[in-house]
Amino acid sequence: MAESARAGGANASGPSLPPQQAGPSLPPQQAGPSRRKRDWRPVYLIAPSMVILAVVIMYPVLRAVYLSFQSDRGFDQDTGRFIDGGFAGIAHYTRWIFQQTTSSLGETISCPPGTLCSNFWESVGVTFFFAGVTVTVEVVLGFWMAIIMSRTFMGRSLLRASVLIPWAIPTAVTAKLWYFIFADQGIANRIMGRQVGWLTDDWAARFAVIISDVWKTTPFVALLILAGLQMIPQDVYEAAKVDGANAWQRFTQITLPLVKPALMVAILFRTLDVLRMYDLPAILHGVSGASPTTTVSILVVADIRQGNFNSASALSTLVFLMIFGVAFIMVKWLGANAIRTQDAERKGA
Amino acid sequence: MSLIPRALLAAGAATALLLTGCSNPLSADQAAEENLDGRGPISFAMGRNDAAVMMQVIDRWNEDNPDEQVEFIELPGEADEQRNALVQSLQAQDGQYDVMALDVVWTAEFAAEGWLQPLEDELAIETSGLLPATVESATYRDTLYAAPQNTNGALLFYRTDLVETPPETWDELIESCPAAFDEGIDCYIGQFRNYEGLTVNVSEAVNAFGGAIVGEDGQTPEVDTPEVHEALQLLVDSFADGVIPQRATGFSEEETHLTFTGGDAMYARNWPYMYAIGESEESEIAGDFAVAPLPGKDGVGASTLGGYNNGISVFSENKATARDFIEFVQSEENQRSFMEAAFPPVLESVYDDEELLEEYPYLQALKESLQNAEPRPVTPFYEAISTAIRDNAYAAIRGDKSVDEAIADMQSAIDAAGR
Repeated sequence: MAESARAGGANASGPSLPPQQAGPSLPPQQAGPSRRKRDWRPVYLIAPSMVILAVVIMYPVLRAVYLSFQSDRGFDQDTGRFIDGGFAGIAHYTRWIFQQTTSSLGETISCPPGTLCSNFWESVGVTFFFAGVTVTVEVVLGFWMAIIMSRTFMGRSLLRASVLIPWAIPTAVTAKLWYFIFADQGIANRIMGRQVGWLTDDWAARFAVIISDVWKTTPFVALLILAGLQMIPQDVYEAAKVDGANAWQRFTQITLPLVKPALMVAILFRTLDVLRMYDLPAILHGVSGASPTTTVSILVVADIRQGNFNSASALSTLVFLMIFGVAFIMVKWLGANAIRTQDAERKGA
Repeated sequence: MSLIPRALLAAGAATALLLTGCSNPLSADQAAEENLDGRGPISFAMGRNDAAVMMQVIDRWNEDNPDEQVEFIELPGEADEQRNALVQSLQAQDGQYDVMALDVVWTAEFAAEGWLQPLEDELAIETSGLLPATVESATYRDTLYAAPQNTNGALLFYRTDLVETPPETWDELIESCPAAFDEGIDCYIGQFRNYEGLTVNVSEAVNAFGGAIVGEDGQTPEVDTPEVHEALQLLVDSFADGVIPQRATGFSEEETHLTFTGGDAMYARNWPYMYAIGESEESEIAGDFAVAPLPGKDGVGASTLGGYNNGISVFSENKATARDFIEFVQSEENQRSFMEAAFPPVLESVYDDEELLEEYPYLQALKESLQNAEPRPVTPFYEAISTAIRDNAYAAIRGDKSVDEAIADMQSAIDAAGR
């Protein structure tokens, strides 16, 4: 027993040796390439996880893209049976983007209301509207909460812990909770003393989703920003005070730039989260494609429910491209900014 | 070039192979010809919500048939999840589930996929004692593809302290509304949120006026008819005149029972489950309500059917046993046990049982409602057609578009549903 444990220990310490050996040989950089060619160990070590990643991530993604170019099942009028669809080209994509479908006579018509493709652009609009409004409100509120939480006062840890509760509750539960709050005879209407059709009026319904989402995820944003705030050394503020900077100047000149990396991470995470939001509006208002709170993800699921797996693949590929585009822009623009801030800070320091 | 990208490439190539390797070795049609007289143990798959009722039936069967045991396989509670589990297994063509409890609206689609064993020739079952609409819900293109297991029909719940005799027609119902308004409560509520419940409520109105949504083939839209115009106009007018309150456009079953048992409505359309809630302690109206069949145009209206059908998978190896089992489910004893679980039976004779009538006061009304019931469109494109109906009907009852426009859109959306 003891022996085997010792043997295990020896094994475990094994892998930590090579870096130590490699360490001294690294400084002469020129020797690197020739040495690396013979050293296959990194490949052996990385290959298994690469293969697993390929199977778990790449396969479904590639398969979805492949399927999006295949036709959905056809229908044989004579036998009343489904038949294979075959190759579709970009038909699914044009169907969504140009909102066109085929009638039973084979004519191309624009999607009539009551078909899912007629809801595409509206759901894209709703998705971006949700992203824009919720992220803005969450960042402003979250920043404010983070500043309060970063101060020292009695019961600070209690406040920090309790603020996180909304975020800790599963989204499905949150959604059901707000569903009852916004119900016709719910608390929201009773407190306000008037009848707002939170679940029936288009805009009230959208704001119901926004309010629930803000309630749920502001603590998360606050926490990320708080982490950023804690990184700022206090002496910077003291120095600024000595130099005569007022509170607003300290906020815009010190806090904002220094907390920017954390802020950007929070904005990026939240934006991507909202762009693929499904559960909250689905539970609040249902999964109908024509609901005023239909996000693109809800539309994907609605299409799957109709048995159109391949056209749903095309739609989810579009969602993927949309989110990828937004993430790319944000990382490229805002990410670059964040790095420059750190550089500037280093130079300044 | 570093080796890591090369490893990635290899993995990619392997993935590409997998992508194209999805073929059909054995067709469902071939499977439908096989194992017709196979006997032996089988499995029965059903959602977990109603599992307890079915377990009793299975236990009774297993006692009598030691060589042909039925194993119960529990599916998820949510309808969509149940459907996914079944579809995945059937697409993989394995005989994991021999008998499946199918929501009535899935039956046509599964049949069109070729997954359900037609119940004909040696697999034929006796259907004469069953409620006609339940048999219709399991029939696709003149062939019976499943055996009705249990059904569900809508009832008109009304307040006995406000209404003396329940209305038989819509006109009578509308005329009686002032009694509700004098009390400061709503007249009629139902499920008018934009979801499956709205399709059900709209189909009931359409059926009440003798209209149809799709033709015999389950696909050709037939909504552009005077009957459907009249039915939709009735709903639109009812909302405009306050017979149905505006807030009902956000109601599902849950809001309906909360409102009705809270004493805030005179009439409510709901499933039989609301009876028990109305009589419970939380209810404000216990003892003050009764049930009747839904109102129609000239007489009793037509309920839309819910419930389950039992289908035999074409990939099953013991189809003869499966057939005997689904027939066993329809036996009087088992159907009676369904009734005791508030699970409306499909066997007509159960509704005449004196004992049960005493125990379940709503049974008479339910029977009348079910005798006049119509299934929802039996079509392989049910979900798309349902969306076409409810999206456009919802726009019409909220006044976003005219009845004519809504019906024109419904017509072309149903037409495009089969693509």
